[in-house]
Parts: sequence; C-alpha cells; structure tokens
Amino acid sequence: MHEVDVVVIGGGPAGMAAAISAYESGIEDVWLLERDYWVGGILPQCIHDGFGNFVFGEMLTGSEYAQRYINKLRETGVKVRPNTMVLKIDQNREITAVNPSDGLIEVKAKTIILSMGCRERTRYQVLIPGSRPAGIYTAGVIQRYINIEGLMPGKKVVILGSGDVGMIMARRLTLEGAKVKGVYEITKTPGGLTRNVVQCLEDYNIPLHLSHTITNITGRYRVEGVTVAEVDSELRPIKETERYVPCDTVVLSVGLIPENELSKMAGVEIEEKTKGPTVDEQMQTSVPGIFACGNVVNVYDLVDDVSESAERAGKGVAASIGGKLERRKTPIRVKTGRNVNYIVPQIIRNKNLNESTRFYFRVKETEKSVGVVVSANGDKLLEKRERIVRPPEMVRINVPPDTLDKIKGDELTIDVEERKK
Amino acid sequence: MKKSYFVTCTLCPMGCRIEVVVEDGKILEIKGNECKKGEKYAIDEFSNPCRILTTTVRIQGGLLPKLPVRSTEPIPKKLIPSGVKEVKKAKVKAPVNYGDVILRNIFNLGVDIVSSRDLEKENKEKKNG
Ligand SMILES: Cc1cc2nc3c(=O)[nH]c(=O)nc-3n(C[C@H](O)[C@H](O)[C@H](O)COP(=O)(O)OP(=O)(O)OC[C@H]3O[C@@H](n4cnc5c(N)ncnc54)[C@H](O)[C@@H]3O)c2cc1C
Ligand code: SF4
Repeated sequence: MHEVDVVVIGGGPAGMAAAISAYESGIEDVWLLERDYWVGGILPQCIHDGFGNFVFGEMLTGSEYAQRYINKLRETGVKVRPNTMVLKIDQNREITAVNPSDGLIEVKAKTIILSMGCRERTRYQVLIPGSRPAGIYTAGVIQRYINIEGLMPGKKVVILGSGDVGMIMARRLTLEGAKVKGVYEITKTPGGLTRNVVQCLEDYNIPLHLSHTITNITGRYRVEGVTVAEVDSELRPIKETERYVPCDTVVLSVGLIPENELSKMAGVEIEEKTKGPTVDEQMQTSVPGIFACGNVVNVYDLVDDVSESAERAGKGVAASIGGKLERRKTPIRVKTGRNVNYIVPQIIRNKNLNESTRFYFRVKETEKSVGVVVSANGDKLLEKRERIVRPPEMVRINVPPDTLDKIKGDELTIDVEERKK
Repeated sequence: MKKSYFVTCTLCPMGCRIEVVVEDGKILEIKGNECKKGEKYAIDEFSNPCRILTTTVRIQGGLLPKLPVRSTEPIPKKLIPSGVKEVKKAKVKAPVNYGDVILRNIFNLGVDIVSSRDLEKENKEKKNG
C-alpha cells in the first residue's frame, strides 16, 4: 500500500487546479488520478469560447483553458496518473484504483480531494416514451464525437432541453452541415445563459420552442421522427397541440448530475438540493480529510468558479495537513432565506480565515432589482445589490473573515429581498 | 421609412431586448437598454456583429483525429460559416503546439486561425499531464 499526502480523484479543471493549489501551498506529495487517457475533463471537447473571463481576464475556448492548466501542472511535482480509474474509497481514506500498467493500486491517503465532475441526465431519467432506435444521444456525447473523434451523429436533428450544452451543440451541428430543426424546452424560460440563446440559436435562426416537450420518439432501427407538444402550466403535454417532426437524431440536453458514487462509498453526506457533498468553507466534506470541489459539489455555470472552488480545496488540504485550521466552538450552518434555492458552502467550521469566503447560490425565481442580504441572528451583516437574479445564473457574494468571526450563534442566512425603486 | 431591429444584450444577466430604430441605414434611436453599456453593444451588434470563430480541423498523425482551433480576434458574424469551411481546407500535421498558426490572415481580415491546444503525435506511450 502506497502512502500519499494528497490524492486528487478526477483530472478535470477542478482536479488540476486543486492539485496545483495543494502543491503550491507546500504539499509536495500529490497524486492526480484520471480515468481518461488525458487530463482536462470535459474541457478539451468544449472548443467554443466563453471560458476564463474571471481567471485569465480573456475569453478562451475550453481547450485553451485546459491547456493553460496542463502547462501549469507540468511545472509542479504533482504525479499525474492517467488511464487510472478509482473504484473504491473508504472512511479511512484507503483508495483502490486500477490502470493498465500497474494493475491494482492501493493507496492510503492523508487527505483526498474529490473532483469527479458530473454526468449528463439520460433519456431514462426524463422518461420519454416511444421506441428505442439508434440516434438518441446526450449533448455531451455528440460534442465528444464531433469535436474529438471527428464523427457526425446525424443530419436532421431535434434537441430536447435548452441547457447550455444543447444550445452550443445546436450551433456546432449547424456549422458542420446538419439541419437543426428546433430546440424544445419544457419550461417557460431557456435553461441556459442568454449569451448562448443569442449566439447559438438566434445567430443561426434555430427555433427555440418554449413550453414544449417531446411526447414520442418513432423509428424502428434509426430515429425517424418525434412527436412534440406544447405543455400546460403543470408541464402536462396538451394533446391537441401534438405535431410530428421528422428527424434522424435526437439530442438530450436535460441537465447534469454530480457523480458521487465514490463519495457515498466513503460515507460523505450528500445534499438533497445540489446532489453533491455538504462542504465547509475549506471545501471539506462531512468526513474529516475528504475534500471536494468543482462540479461534483454542485453544477457550477462557469469553469472559473470551478477553479476557484478547487483552489480553495487545495489550500484547505494544505492547512489541514499543516494543522493550521482553527475550529469554531460551534459551526455555523448556512440557511437559505427568501427566494434562495440552495447555497454552497453549507457550513462554516473554522475561524480566523485568511481570506473571504465566497458563497454561491441559486434563486428559485427570476426577480429584478433586489438586495442580497447576509444576516445572522437577525442582524444584517452585508448587503449587495443585483439588477436581476435568474435561476440559471449563480449569484456570488463574498463575506470577509472578520464578518464571519463576529457571528456568535450557529446560523447565517442569505435572503434575496425586494428593493423599492 | 423607419424600421426597428431588436438586439438582445448579452453583457449582463438582464439580457435587455434593445430596439434599434433605423431610417435609411441611419440609427435614429436606441431604446429598451437598462444601462449605457447596452447602447454601444446594440450599435456594434447592429452595424458589425463579430464573433470568435471556433472549429476543428483534421490533423494527420495526431494522437486524436481533430485539432480545435480559434480565430485570434472576433470576425464578422456573417463570415463564420464560410470561415469554418475555409479552415477545413488547412493541412495540419502533428505535433502541434497551443497557439501555432494554422491559417494566416483569413479572408485578409488581419486575423489568424491558431491551435487551441497541444496535440502530440500518435504513439503507444502513456501520456503524462
Ligand atoms: C458542453 C459544455 C459546455 C460548457 N460551456 C461552458 C462555458 O462556455 N463556459 C464555462 O465557464 N463553462 C462551461 N462549461 C462548464 C465546464 O466545462 C465545467 O464547469 C467544468 O468542466 C467542470 O470541471 P470538473 O473538473 O468539476 O469536472 P469535469 O470536467 O467533468 O472533470 C471530471 C474528471 O473526473 C474524471 N473522473 C470521474 N470519475 C473518476 C474516477 N472514478 N476515477 C478517475 N477519474 C474520474 C473524469 O474522467 C473527468 O476527467 C461547459 C460544460 C459542458 C459540458
Ligand atoms: S443593457 Fe445594460 S443592463 Fe441591459 S443587458 Fe446590457 S449591460 Fe445588462
């Protein structure tokens, strides 16, 4: 059995940034395990621009963003092990992994950073009736086919769901010569960023049908068409509005879920709303010595936020190994207030932190001209104005260390309040 | 004759729908923007909308069959589809480094198409980092 100070599981942007940050914080013995044959996670297949505005102050493509971290990683002594699939972790931080050259690998880690990212929801999780022909893909899969493998999945395409990945693939398919017949979104608002609605759909005259869903998929061997229908306010399809759209390919862009099988094996507590581990301000989970960052914790909108969470996790492991964390007598629970759906991190365990804690949250409903209010025991600690808050776009608020240290009780609440104009 | 064009501002999550009122190719009025930034955005989007071109090219002898590339600067939006076709004609051989020029001065716009990543030659060796 190997003994290692920090083992990072998953080599996406989160894993790379966490490994670099742990190394730069003085921990030399860092392993990065990645099941794929290269590091970079989902980014190498994201060839479009829109990454790195906050971290690098430039609009980079996903591939470039990954390359910059790969270059940084090369300058460190982090031991990168690609082709290595982690199979098991237990409460004692013993890891079992396999790879073709070493066979079975067993590692006892002082600390672990979970950064396995997320996976796409599939047809069976959204329950579309119909036959089971070839030609049904998730958006991330066709992104990999087209951008990495150089394969075209079809010619006439219907997209279900208006997540960012789906809209980006609508544009990509169009530029590669396919006909995208439409994007069908069950809710009243697009699931992704406005930028993508404009630059991916409107720029290419791809119709976006809101309040619509697919009610049936037909085709014996290959998809031949879909039946679409408008939905009512309860999201039930309205029979009279059904119409048939011929196509040979259906692309699902119906959301992502954090990949937490390993976390659960290790006994890490999982949040119901985020489907990711409960984390504190260091990104430490409910199991001491196990940290988590990136999309395994919560599906972030921007890779910049993923990197930020990872950097914090890297510093967190270093502080924990160095015995530098000062526990609070009672941890602070972070509570969701008015119009707040969920918040990350969910708990504050330490005091005398040397930097601000950034809270990320999603609202339940769109609201204009609001104040984001952080309070504890009925006292307002901080307020930040926002012109608009929307469920698809995460809201961020930084709380300085001394503000957190002032909190006497065991609760902190974030509310979104209406502002009078 | 007066005509209205609509532009959705993407500079912030407000996503204002901005109306650009035009007569004989001249902008008469801009409305619907919640802030000043939207005005410039709407003018640019109306008169010369530009985007970064991103696509892939086939690469010979590479670890992977496709190389992602981008334009160094945004180019006029209407040139993107023909640009993607133009870039496909480029002949590329592995290895390639991040930032290598794949196509110089596309459509004489003074903009290059460059590689978005390192891509090494195909080999059986393990790739480390
Ligand atoms: C199509 C698409 C478009 C996007 N567009 C944008 C955009 O325009 N701008 C932006 O900022 N962000 C964008 N994002 C988001 C961004 O790509 C993600 O936020 C980011 O990749 C998440 O990083 P991660 O490291 O948490 O996860 P991932 O990138 O998913 O990496 C996780 C890694 O863990 C590995 N792994 C998982 N399980 C194991 C195991 N058991 N053993 C070993 N390794 C394992 C996986 O192989 C993978 O490499 C987009 C995402 C997608 C999918
Ligand atoms: S006009 Fe101003 S407020 Fe409206 S979307 Fe653009 S930047 Fe935001």
